[in-house]
Amino acid sequence: MAPKQLSSAKELIRRAKVLMVGAGGIGCELLKTLALSGFEDIHIIDMDTIEVSNLNRQFLFRQSHVGQSKAKVARDAVLRFRPNINITPHHDNVKDPHFNVDFFKQFSVVLNGLDNLDARRHVNRLCLAAEVPLVESGTTGFLGQVTVHVKGKTECYECQPKPAPKKYPVCTITSTPSKFIHCIVWAKELLFAKLFGDKTQDNDLNVHSSDTSSSSENLEDVFERKKDEDIEDYGRRIFDHVFGYNIEMALSNEDTWKNRDRPRPIYSKDTLPGKSIKHNGNISKNGSTDDTPSLSAMTSLGMRSPQDVWSLMENSKVFIEALKLFFTRREKDIGSLTFDKDDQLAVEFVTAAANIRASSFGIPLHSLFEAKGMAGNIVHAVATTNAVIAGLIVIEAIKVLQNETENYRMTYCLEYPNRNMLLMPVEPYEPNKSCYVCSKTPLSLEINTHRSKLRDFVEKIVKAKLGMHSPIIMHGSALLYEVGDDLEEDMVVNYAANLEKVLYELPSQVSGGTTLTVEDMQQELVCSVNIKHRDEFDEEKEPDGMVLEGWSQPPPEEKKEANHTVSNAGTSISGGPVSKSSEVVEIITVEEELEAAPPKKRKLTTIIDQGAASPGGYSSIPNDTDNRGKVQVVDDDDEEDMVMLDGAPGVFDGDSDTSKKRKLV
Amino acid sequence: MVEDSKGDLPQFGLQLGMEGEELTEQETALYDRQIRVWGLDAQRRLTRASILVSGVNGTTAEFCKNIVLAGVGTLTLVDDREFSEEALSANFLIPPEKSLCDGKTLAELCSDSLKDFNPMVHVSALKGDILSFKEDFFSKFDVVVVSCCNLSVKKLINEKCRSISKRVAFYSVDCRDSCGEIFVDLQSYKYTKKKKLDEAVECELHYPSLEQALAAPWKKLPKKMSKLYFAMRVIELFEEIENRRPGGISFTDLPAVLKIKKELCEAQSIDEYQVPDDLLERLVSGHGEFPPVCAILGGILGQEVIKAVSSKGEPLKNFFFFDVFNGKGVIEDVSNGNASSNFPITPNLVEHFQLID
Repeated sequence: MAPKQLSSAKELIRRAKVLMVGAGGIGCELLKTLALSGFEDIHIIDMDTIEVSNLNRQFLFRQSHVGQSKAKVARDAVLRFRPNINITPHHDNVKDPHFNVDFFKQFSVVLNGLDNLDARRHVNRLCLAAEVPLVESGTTGFLGQVTVHVKGKTECYECQPKPAPKKYPVCTITSTPSKFIHCIVWAKELLFAKLFGDKTQDNDLNVHSSDTSSSSENLEDVFERKKDEDIEDYGRRIFDHVFGYNIEMALSNEDTWKNRDRPRPIYSKDTLPGKSIKHNGNISKNGSTDDTPSLSAMTSLGMRSPQDVWSLMENSKVFIEALKLFFTRREKDIGSLTFDKDDQLAVEFVTAAANIRASSFGIPLHSLFEAKGMAGNIVHAVATTNAVIAGLIVIEAIKVLQNETENYRMTYCLEYPNRNMLLMPVEPYEPNKSCYVCSKTPLSLEINTHRSKLRDFVEKIVKAKLGMHSPIIMHGSALLYEVGDDLEEDMVVNYAANLEKVLYELPSQVSGGTTLTVEDMQQELVCSVNIKHRDEFDEEKEPDGMVLEGWSQPPPEEKKEANHTVSNAGTSISGGPVSKSSEVVEIITVEEELEAAPPKKRKLTTIIDQGAASPGGYSSIPNDTDNRGKVQVVDDDDEEDMVMLDGAPGVFDGDSDTSKKRKLV
Repeated sequence: MVEDSKGDLPQFGLQLGMEGEELTEQETALYDRQIRVWGLDAQRRLTRASILVSGVNGTTAEFCKNIVLAGVGTLTLVDDREFSEEALSANFLIPPEKSLCDGKTLAELCSDSLKDFNPMVHVSALKGDILSFKEDFFSKFDVVVVSCCNLSVKKLINEKCRSISKRVAFYSVDCRDSCGEIFVDLQSYKYTKKKKLDEAVECELHYPSLEQALAAPWKKLPKKMSKLYFAMRVIELFEEIENRRPGGISFTDLPAVLKIKKELCEAQSIDEYQVPDDLLERLVSGHGEFPPVCAILGGILGQEVIKAVSSKGEPLKNFFFFDVFNGKGVIEDVSNGNASSNFPITPNLVEHFQLID
């Protein structure tokens, strides 16, 4: 920003109409800073309501606001110190169809403070379609970043594929867990879902038993509470089945244990006192029936600290007590529950179950606090980083209003200084010419057209990979599939039938060489997918049974559970081809394994390639980055959360014209 | 019988008289997300910390918000000025109209707003001239932050903090237009620095006082020193000589400021281009604080204070600069003589992580 322009920006700022998406951690800070900076017409979209754990950083909210719309409360709070500006709250999902391209077109700039990849991609597409500049941001712990996306000038949010959510192999979860997170995934995705969730969903809880006689029908019965069965008997029966019988079954698969420690079956009679932990007034302690979120097995059992690691016996008690409370106090929820990190009883049940399983497999146990963090994908967040990032967003937004293309920067907020910088600006990338989103580059798909159904294509590619919500699929001019409220009934029937057909047998045959057109009306995104037929796929490496090319995800860490990722939270994650320049900055943070109890510390180390001459001599900061060149800082465990801020070619250095600058087109 | 490794152990918690040390359930729930960042220990230390802020403006308002949210023990504000449009301009803690202010001081107005942010933090306003407060007053605090005052006042308070036997961390912070500066004096500060995968090093940092730091000859400072450092000194000197209130400078002062710059550069034997005219021009523009820069300075300062109070992480030494113009947030170490480096004391293997796979 040139000096003279700061004052001339005033009028631009005053007249600008900005859209903020997200009124959470970054959003609260952003709305405040926008208002102070002189913005007078601000729309905010946020579908969320306020929770207690927001209050440590979302400073526009108070205890008394818990349960209310973030967008609306944020507006009221800011109007108290800037009463004469216009703030329009939308308590809605940004993916709602009425936030269409025309809606986006009314804004001078869109500012994202979102917490998930899906919504970010959606907003990116709408901004591209509406040709409205987007300032994107994310934070996790002490790390943060701000990027600017202007169609045709800088890369779009999707020009660089984002890290895939962490996944785990099915058999690791069902049979051979080696880390606590595996037990958490098992407890949450399999056991909790089985007992309290939708019974019609597929569930792998029992599949890996070697006992072929135990057909799935038999097993179904095990989880069903018998008529008039005493609730404690039922709880103990489930306990013995999943922690005892199932482990015995698994042990009978000798091959599995050749190179592994054998797990130990655990039965309730061994960990619990004789029948009935007494009903010591549980019910009354837990207050009235309508406060579901506070219903707690810990309270019933007189246990207090979520930081304590419970013994096996305590875990067993919590397991039985939580199960009882679900069946006696929340019976109406059973069959429709999905795990929610704000559901105390669910967190207790999952913690206890994961710990008992961990105990079987000789894995260290964890506290409820830690287990909750893992199960809920909780992202670490502090107010200070959000405040800094909000300041940076406003600075970029003003540059966008001034159309100072050459001064756009993406800025990293670091925990440890990199070349003396805590805030490190980098020139934005050019658009990626092979991006299917902003460059409309065709994709190609290897698929078995005789085996894969249209449904597989829709679910695994169009929705999961391409991020479309209301797709239309066409082969030439023939419509194969579409979604919408206003479809004719016969078309709905027709499309439903198509979904179940393999590609080759669709009314308009799809085979190798076919080009399908996939379109999302709301996002105004069209893309072409060239179909290549392939017979076989590797079950482990290509579990989808299809391979999308032309736009690739970075290698996923492990398969199976979309569970453990930092990217879900709004965070960081930037792309950038690492090899584009000799100046490479990578920052990898690895969370410590939880061996040493709560203080979970985030580490971040930076390593700079050559040419990144540290302004020598006066830096007092001990330099642990001297193994110049490569960039690996792995802590102790490669499976924990990882944030990668990578590829920062042409690090901008205003003091030195020798740095490689990448010119914008 | 399955062995139960923990079941039979006595419960130690209460016997050790840890009551009062432990966080309450309410605190644990409120601070959940940040405990996940800095740990329970750090949170406990934060809840015991006392912070003093002298001088209320947009930047310190941001800082106060951050540390109140973080959950420090007490926050005391000192600033007897009354409501003005200028005071309001970058400060979201002040009601928008004079009529709503009941003749309260800026410190009182901000204190009222901050109390709401976190009922668990004790926030108060104190009347009086900061210069009249004696050492024993400052000794009640762990951290002292000053803003909106001239160089001589900063130095005086800094010296008072240093004359107390316990360590009182001293910070000064200023936002001028689109630029900002933070100064840090932790006197001597020990912390554990983790190195690579498996090593931790005990480090001790020795900080110079503001007086000592500013006495460092410019010629001896690194060539790539942030130009803001020099520019801020020029403005500071101008305000001191002309007896202006902090920030009480405008475009008409530019010729006088440029003259001081010339003299300073000559006296310090550095080239004048080290202190670019256009930078000085911006600093005298009279626009006051630029709110996005307040947010950035308040965030960085908040983080530094949290680090120092909780003894977690490597604190910055000893200046931080931010300039919207180049977008960089830079740390500079300005020390006079040899107090500047940090001495590793006992490099020892504290933890060793086995990498499996």
